[in-house]
Amino acid sequence: MRVQVAIVGGGVGGTLIANRLRHLLHGDARHETNITVYDAHGIHTYQPGWLYVPFARQDPEKLLRPEARLLQQGITLLSGHAGNVQRILPAEKRLLTADGELHGFDYLVLATGSRNAPEDVPGFAEGADHFYSEEASRRLQEKLAHFAGGRIITGVASVPYRCPPAPLEFTFMLEADLRERGLREQTELHYVFPINRPFPIQPVSDFVAPLLEERGITVHTFFNVEAIDPARRIVSSMEGEELPYDLLVLAPPHKGQDVIAASGLGDRDGWIPTDRATLRVKGYEEANIFAVGDATDLPVSKSGSAAHYQGHVVAETIAADVQHRPLQHQYHGRVACFLETGHGQATFLWFDYEHPPKPPKPRRLWHLEKAALNTFYWQLIPPARI
Amino acid sequence: MATSQIGKVDTVVDAKGQVCPMPIVMLAKAFKDLAVGQILMLLATDAGAKKDVAAWAEKTGNLLLETSEEGGVLAFYLQKV
Repeated sequence: MRVQVAIVGGGVGGTLIANRLRHLLHGDARHETNITVYDAHGIHTYQPGWLYVPFARQDPEKLLRPEARLLQQGITLLSGHAGNVQRILPAEKRLLTADGELHGFDYLVLATGSRNAPEDVPGFAEGADHFYSEEASRRLQEKLAHFAGGRIITGVASVPYRCPPAPLEFTFMLEADLRERGLREQTELHYVFPINRPFPIQPVSDFVAPLLEERGITVHTFFNVEAIDPARRIVSSMEGEELPYDLLVLAPPHKGQDVIAASGLGDRDGWIPTDRATLRVKGYEEANIFAVGDATDLPVSKSGSAAHYQGHVVAETIAADVQHRPLQHQYHGRVACFLETGHGQATFLWFDYEHPPKPPKPRRLWHLEKAALNTFYWQLIPPARI
Repeated sequence: MATSQIGKVDTVVDAKGQVCPMPIVMLAKAFKDLAVGQILMLLATDAGAKKDVAAWAEKTGNLLLETSEEGGVLAFYLQKV
């Protein structure tokens, strides 16, 4: 009997798990295991690069690679209708794809990611900009190129959202960009955030608050975005505050993918209830169903970094099980990422469930390391070399 | 859960297991639908919520009537003003 491993989603987590698992299987186990990646688009996007597109510092075309080129030989990629999973049937251990085929599995990894849900905030689609898709980041590049001064509001429309530091990074880079273009004096900058500090993790908040202040960026805390009035150019909060803007750049609301909700596997917002250590989907602990990355409801960043560390845990666990030496590997909440602070500098965040980050002073070195990761991502992360 | 002196609770928001900033976001969303005078009970396990909920009430001008803690679960009683 061949072993069927189904991986739904060809992002950071899904791709890394497929390659790492293939590498960890030896001899008969390798020959007798089918690893199949289901990805409707068949294109892998390096999403962290979108942050640089609005400043014309990144060609969005270079953030895309065919998924088939990132998977090792011997791994099957299904894309188009054949890779478009419509229903996950965990009890039957089957997947239904858009071409009407049913696919059985022995192990299932849900790496379906998240989606932008602008419809959750009235007026968002018409009134706000963002850099959480290729199209939106290109549009924002156009707007920034024509911006001649005024009032810019940046921040977060609702939580959770992908890459928690990104709105702050965007704000710091925007401030530096406006300064370089001689527009800083004509521009008021405001940052809105839902709680009483500019970042959820206290040490990071303590790190960025003085930077925001010294760069003249006004922070509005307890600002839970309720609605945007595109005609009047006003963003209002659930706390009753109203702020006028000329340009509004907010991380959009996020939700889990529709297939998760349609399969009855998600919570109210479509996030998959996942064990924080074993990464097994709650309610299906014995069924070898795992979830990684943005798709989960885990209390860690929705980021490629979290998916990367989680991916290793899932690949090791499945490889051990397939090779009859069951060992449950554990995820400890590890996330590592850079935070751009503008002017060619950045800091580094490294943390897990038990240890909050201690961001070091911004340095050119961290910025260069982030730039190197952006360049060498393709050689390092999807092939699971690190 | 400690017995509260508060009589009737109109809405309960369960943010147990959620980490910052989720408890505040869930509180803000639920508060929108309350009528003036109604009471909401927020349950949370994130220790940071203690400071955050008090600050949120102060900022929005709503009343934090009572806070209790039992078995690691915080219960906040808030009234819409």
